Amino acid sequence: MSVALQHLVNQPYKHGFVTKIESDTAPKGLSEDTIRMVSSKKNEPAWLLDFRLEAYRRWLNMTAPAWQNVHYPEIDFQAISYYSAPKSKKKLASMDEVDPELLRTFEKLGVPMHERAALAGVAVDVIFDSVSVATTYKEKLAEVGIIFCSFSEAVHNHPELIKQYLGTVVPPGDNFYAALNSAVFTDGSFCFIPKGVKCPMDLSTYFRINTEESGQFERTLIVAEEGASVSYLEGCTAPRFDTNQLHAAVVELVALDNADIKYSTVQNWYAGDENGIGGIYNFVTKRGLARGRNSRISWTQVETGSAITWKYPSCILRGENSVGEFYSVAVTNNYQQADTGTKMVHIGANTRSTIVSKGIAAGHSNSSYRGLVRMTPTATNARNYSQCDSMLIGNKCGAHTFPYIQVKNNSAHVEHEASTSKIGEDQLFYFAQRGIDAEEAVSMIINGFCKEVFQQLPMEFAVEATKLLSLKLEGSVG
Amino acid sequence: MIRADSSILLEVHDLHANVEDTEILKGLNLTVKRGEIHAIMGLNGSGKSTFAKVLAGHPAYRMTGGEILFNGMDITSLAPEERARAGLFLAFQYPVEIPGVANDQFLRLAYNTVQRQRGKEELDPLEFDDFVREKMKLLDMNPGFLDRSVNEGFSGGEKKRNEILQMALLEPMLAVLDETDSGLDIDALRIVAKGVNQLASQDNALILVTHYQRLLDYIEPDYVHVMEAGRIIKTSGKELALELEAHGYDWISGDKTRASGVQP
Repeated sequence: MSVALQHLVNQPYKHGFVTKIESDTAPKGLSEDTIRMVSSKKNEPAWLLDFRLEAYRRWLNMTAPAWQNVHYPEIDFQAISYYSAPKSKKKLASMDEVDPELLRTFEKLGVPMHERAALAGVAVDVIFDSVSVATTYKEKLAEVGIIFCSFSEAVHNHPELIKQYLGTVVPPGDNFYAALNSAVFTDGSFCFIPKGVKCPMDLSTYFRINTEESGQFERTLIVAEEGASVSYLEGCTAPRFDTNQLHAAVVELVALDNADIKYSTVQNWYAGDENGIGGIYNFVTKRGLARGRNSRISWTQVETGSAITWKYPSCILRGENSVGEFYSVAVTNNYQQADTGTKMVHIGANTRSTIVSKGIAAGHSNSSYRGLVRMTPTATNARNYSQCDSMLIGNKCGAHTFPYIQVKNNSAHVEHEASTSKIGEDQLFYFAQRGIDAEEAVSMIINGFCKEVFQQLPMEFAVEATKLLSLKLEGSVG
Repeated sequence: MIRADSSILLEVHDLHANVEDTEILKGLNLTVKRGEIHAIMGLNGSGKSTFAKVLAGHPAYRMTGGEILFNGMDITSLAPEERARAGLFLAFQYPVEIPGVANDQFLRLAYNTVQRQRGKEELDPLEFDDFVREKMKLLDMNPGFLDRSVNEGFSGGEKKRNEILQMALLEPMLAVLDETDSGLDIDALRIVAKGVNQLASQDNALILVTHYQRLLDYIEPDYVHVMEAGRIIKTSGKELALELEAHGYDWISGDKTRASGVQP
């Protein structure tokens, strides 16, 4: 399936414009000149160029991290082109031209009809008017003062907000990949919820992605002012492809007093074929700053794609009584490798955090949980509860747990639980003897295993995620 | 293949089967008609449980010879779930624990799968809840078992009752009870036997795989077979079980001349 899909998406654009694309792509390699070029192409203000250059200078003195439990050939950062004008995707005239395998995938996932068309690259106006949907959506948000737009738009329309918050959670020199992103990020999303506003609907990047490509170095910034709350959904369950192998995104969340940010991700990037050839390398820095009193940041992620996942959505719990949550399901199959987890840094008094991580490994894959719980000296009466469960399917995969716990305050309370289980032949036979085939059995076992995490997802997302998992693990047993 | 005699539910001819490379079943013959109850007895290692698993199609057991006709159909190439849907049920000797999967969801999925196969109505969670609670009364089971994970943390007796509950829900044509009596105290045994007896009818059949006579005090077999070294070496009426109880298995092994694979 994957090969056919990749083929479909990677087939070259057949209708010309080759020279135009050439002329709008920067030469390969990274230098101050490249960064100046990216910045000027985007008409950015001087302070943003300075931000990029500072990040670049720091990046030059850094080395790629090597502590993670994944293996891949060294990346040549000078072989990447860091700027490309937004490409028009190849448009198909109707659903009849779409690869039947891709349609089968959509069918299994239950992707709504109009989304299928958009995702498959069918010219959307043939099927439905996406513009009207997006416009209605934006108008509704504007009524309550919410800003939700592309990062580039925000730089031009709301420079004061970007300047105030950009890099305050993930500084330009934070880590190798974050520094790289800070230097060369092309676009992403910006979301601002003003004081006291409860966002009336889940914000989904889906409404943005159709209009422009975010590129391989995506930047997201979400700010919730005092008493504001928002639920943000990133990604979608349908398979996503990209010719760029390296992805290094940065997501920053800022929650002021009594603010609440819930960030849910379903990641299904191309994972490589069944022999481990190809697939996206996903090196992401996601961090939320619970800056105000009683603020709350909650991460929920369902990671199913990418050849390599390196991702630790974290919470800095600075405000008193602030709350951090991390709910994660990471599924790996074939030759996928995932090293994912979280960091909960407790600074404020009475801060609380919960970590629930479910790792599922099948095929020849390797799944690692890596998590840090740090209680700083000021974190009086802080509490953490961590639960890390792994499930193995077959006998060629691996599951690992790397918990790091640092406690510098005597009144802090930290709990850690871990378990490993395996879907066995006897369990599947038991289901089979009751008439239930292996596919349904695995789906039921996996859903039971992931229940606590799926409960955190918005309803529609949860239904899709459930199907996605079954699809990912299809053929891995029996 | 349709046999002329439609009263025959199961015909096993010269069945041979291996676990890994060891031959366990060495030419087993058995015929079961509708409305009959058969008991298969024998020492540990005689192949009783292997026979039950081979019938159900467990992937760890490889059939190397012979044939199995179920309801006139050759089932040897069918997957275990297909055999189950065709009406063959195995009550496990050691029911497997499935953490995280709620018992009621599991039971409903199994029930609806079989209903679909039979072209009958499927039940939604609320309808099923009423239905399953009725069935549970039959086995004196606490409805609390519905919310727990399948077999997880159940006592031996609770697991066995959960097996019979599934039998009651799925209404199989042929039920094979693999040492259902082991690990049951006398009260539980009585309850389970009562449940099984209520399910037995002129249309279905039962095979009781057991080590001891005591289950047969409550569920009365039409035939008792004795297995040894992968074969049925003696078949008789229910009185055979009592003789075994009195004299032990040596009593039969010593007299191979009486061996026979066919019922009188």
